[in-house]
Amino acid sequence: MTDLSAADAPPQGAMARLLRRKMALFGLAIIALVVSGAVFAPLIAPFDPNDQMFDGLTLEGAPMPPGGQFLMGTDLLGRDLFSRLLYGAQTSLIIGVVANGLALVIGTLVGITAGFFRGWIGGILMRFTDLMMAFPALLLAICLAAIFQPSLWIVALVIALVNWVQTARVIYTETSSLATRDFIAAERTLGASTGRILFRHILPHLLPTIIVWGTLGISTTVLLEATLSFLGIGVQPPTASWGNIIFENQTYFQTAPWLVFIPGAAIILLALAFNLVGDALRDVLDPTQRGRD
Amino acid sequence: MAAYLIRRLVQAVLILLGVSFITFFLLYVLPADPVRQIAGRSATAQTVENIREQLGLDKPFVVQYARYLGALVQGDMGRSYLQKTEVAELILSRLPATLLLMVAAIVCELVLGLTMGIIAALWRGRAVDQTLMITSFVTVSAPQFVVSLLLLYVFAVKLGWFPIGGYGTFAHLVLPAVTLGILGSGWYSRMMRSSMIDVLRADYIRTARAKGLSRARIVLRHALPNAILPVIAMIGIDIGVFMGGIVVVESVFGWPGIGQLAWQAIQRVDIPIIMGVTLVSACAIVLGNLLADLIAPFIDPRIRLR
Repeated sequence: MTDLSAADAPPQGAMARLLRRKMALFGLAIIALVVSGAVFAPLIAPFDPNDQMFDGLTLEGAPMPPGGQFLMGTDLLGRDLFSRLLYGAQTSLIIGVVANGLALVIGTLVGITAGFFRGWIGGILMRFTDLMMAFPALLLAICLAAIFQPSLWIVALVIALVNWVQTARVIYTETSSLATRDFIAAERTLGASTGRILFRHILPHLLPTIIVWGTLGISTTVLLEATLSFLGIGVQPPTASWGNIIFENQTYFQTAPWLVFIPGAAIILLALAFNLVGDALRDVLDPTQRGRD
Repeated sequence: MAAYLIRRLVQAVLILLGVSFITFFLLYVLPADPVRQIAGRSATAQTVENIREQLGLDKPFVVQYARYLGALVQGDMGRSYLQKTEVAELILSRLPATLLLMVAAIVCELVLGLTMGIIAALWRGRAVDQTLMITSFVTVSAPQFVVSLLLLYVFAVKLGWFPIGGYGTFAHLVLPAVTLGILGSGWYSRMMRSSMIDVLRADYIRTARAKGLSRARIVLRHALPNAILPVIAMIGIDIGVFMGGIVVVESVFGWPGIGQLAWQAIQRVDIPIIMGVTLVSACAIVLGNLLADLIAPFIDPRIRLR
């Protein structure tokens, strides 16, 4: 019954229903906060994020604790932590959007192709997806990132190459069940081209799934970028990233814990925000999930 | 059953073959040169060439890969470039530490996750439930290294209850296992909650209630055993998740398992070790998934192996 018109896949009012959920609102608020922090970083940041300030260190050369002139304190090199966090938000979001967007495109293409064409093309693609599932993902990402010269774009690419698999599986399952439905058979009899069926009839039905996985995926991506940067093989200093702030300062974490835990909290909050919004979107967009709790 | 098992094992071998090929290929085409690492900076061009020839790295890709596979079939994973030890030996010596951590971590995950899930299901919709579900969201959103460092800071640095890192006693095991336990618990608690809610809705629970059994008896004797089984069956999949993430925790806590071995090898471009650890981890993931699929029909007879 819901198949009749494909164009209205994300039902009108989904946004309104989303906004009624407290947790989703909380998530959206955090995302809005981080996005505006990143966009307006040059305006908000009280200091240059890379400026190693003379008065940013105590007389003994230790980093300054939060409070006073430096809102969140300074790091090992006397740079303002708050300013670095703001610029680090740019890194997290760029990687989140680019890497995850890329993973989503790869996953959707593989999933749709395998689900719609079946046969040997589908077989090969899905066996390859199974193969990728057997890879220890983090190990693969670490391998790739460590051996390439890491830069923002390489890190995004590495994450995308590791992260498309889940999406591909989900899209595959949905496409293959859609492909056997009557309305697709009807389109075929009417003489619709494969391209038309795929893009006008299958893809719109997949949109809710793509939106949900796209949102949840940003959380995974943010965590993976932070982890790679923490290991020193992600985004390279002096470009600030929440992960590499921790990487640079971890040796001091016993005496200057804020250098680890403030960026750590930022990472958790951003990942949590995308998880909450993604989960709420799943409830709102997927009618089969409705009323489950 | 036997036919199914044989087919799945053949599949597993094919998948591992694929993993070995892709990893070998990636390590072959990537720009880092292991020979430079071995020879050191001051080595002459002649020495570099000699080492390359010795290791067979001057041969074409297909020959190198075929040689690797040929040896692998006989249980030979090659020699570490830098440590001059057999890779199989290195991995075997590190494996017990990783397995110990894995068992301890899964126990922590289950204890935390199942308890949270059961409580949330029993008080569904109340403040406890909401708090627990938010907690489970936080745990899946936290990176391993942040939680590791947080626990280290609080329990090792500030309170001094546990050592900062290392291996050997039970005290060394607690923090890494709890870190992984907390991070994995969110996943289990959500599954346990929905499984428990489904079971509590079932007719036989209504019957038990109608018979006038106490709430405690209904929950513990009638609901729990049925609700817990599908969650337990997921342990197999969890093994894969664990294997994917050990590098970070082992490195932060200085835990001498295969994750730390892999991380050291990656930094030094020690290809045979990277290959070995990747294969062992992939093996664990494949076997874990197989285990989960094999257990499923025993737990739920409606599931038939195909």
